[in-house]
Amino acid sequence: MAQPVQTSTGAPAPGGHGGGFPPFDSHSFGSQLVFFAIAFGVLYVLMSRFALPRVAGILEARHKSVENDIEAAAKMKAETDAAIAAYEKALMEAKGRAQTIAGETRDRLAAETDAKRKKLESELAQKLTDAEKTIAASKAAAMANVAQIAGDAAEAIIKQVTGEAAPRATVDAAVAKAV
Amino acid sequence: MADPIHQFELKTIATVGHIGNMPIVLTQSSVYMIGAVLAITLFILLGTSGRRLVPSRFQSMVELSYEFVAGTVRSSAGTEGMKFFPLVFSLFMFILILNLIGMVPYSFTVTSHIIITFALAAIVILTVIIYGFMAHGTHFLGLFVPSGVPAWLLPLMVAIEVISFVSRPISLSVRLFANMLAGHIALKIFAGFVPALLAAGAWGLLAPLPLALTIALTALEMLVAVLQAYVFATLTSIYLNDALHPGH
Repeated sequence: MAQPVQTSTGAPAPGGHGGGFPPFDSHSFGSQLVFFAIAFGVLYVLMSRFALPRVAGILEARHKSVENDIEAAAKMKAETDAAIAAYEKALMEAKGRAQTIAGETRDRLAAETDAKRKKLESELAQKLTDAEKTIAASKAAAMANVAQIAGDAAEAIIKQVTGEAAPRATVDAAVAKAV
Repeated sequence: MADPIHQFELKTIATVGHIGNMPIVLTQSSVYMIGAVLAITLFILLGTSGRRLVPSRFQSMVELSYEFVAGTVRSSAGTEGMKFFPLVFSLFMFILILNLIGMVPYSFTVTSHIIITFALAAIVILTVIIYGFMAHGTHFLGLFVPSGVPAWLLPLMVAIEVISFVSRPISLSVRLFANMLAGHIALKIFAGFVPALLAAGAWGLLAPLPLALTIALTALEMLVAVLQAYVFATLTSIYLNDALHPGH
């Protein structure tokens, strides 16, 4: 144990460095190459078959997961945008409808008021004309009475002054002429 | 003073058999390699055992190393290069863990042996060549023929391209090997000054200087350990890009 590698014969091979400088000792090359081939071969197989696919799988899974998350976020954002757009549209429609309804109501109420007012005005006009007619009739009646009274008064006055009765028809004509 | 080369010696644990005349020896280096493989595997499997959507700190470390290497591959070799991701990841983690284990005092640095780093580089270059020919056939040779070069210059350019291609495994392996080797030798030498000065009477007053330097060097070597693993992974990705797209 713990001795420099020697060939079985112990003699330096031609061209070899004897045991001078270990890295250049060609006697050890064969053994080193054999174990290097085994070690590196095993390492390569382990890496390419098991270790690296495993790491790649983990990285791939993470990549996918992040991508999915981003995709989901984008989808949610699109949904939110659509919802906002729908809300705004509904709001606009509602506003429009409200305005229409308000306008209609206003028009309807205005028309009703107008109709009522017209009806009232016509009724008032009717009443006014009726009243005017009544007044005219009363006035005519009053005027007739006035002529009668004036006639009577005139007849009485003539009777007092002259002492004799004047014919009623002449008195009435004279009164009518005076009034 | 302690021998700075001693730390690179391989220590036999058991002789497991022979290939022809050559004994196959289990050394501490082999044990470190097997330990590193186990450590890497456990790191990832335990770290991801929760399979959490929101990772724990441990799982975060695993994911961080995964995404770091994946980013390196993707930036150098494109999305197509991801088919080589397990290879680059294995190389990166293997080198990184062995470099870092080597920073533990009294431990052994597997990547300070040129044969290991060369084997790592050979895996890369053989992958490039084999995949290049399998995917593109003879078109792969277009790698050595830069487009838009005058005909009389082509032989020279092809020669340069071939030399640059051949030197890739060498530079790749020597860069890692030399960095680890030199760093550990420097560390050992400066650390060795501390007891040597302490043992030399009045000179002992100077002992804090190499100690401070050793601490600073340790920090630097930690950086080198990580950086070299990263450089290896990046260059591997760049070379693999050539296999994917051989046209210049």
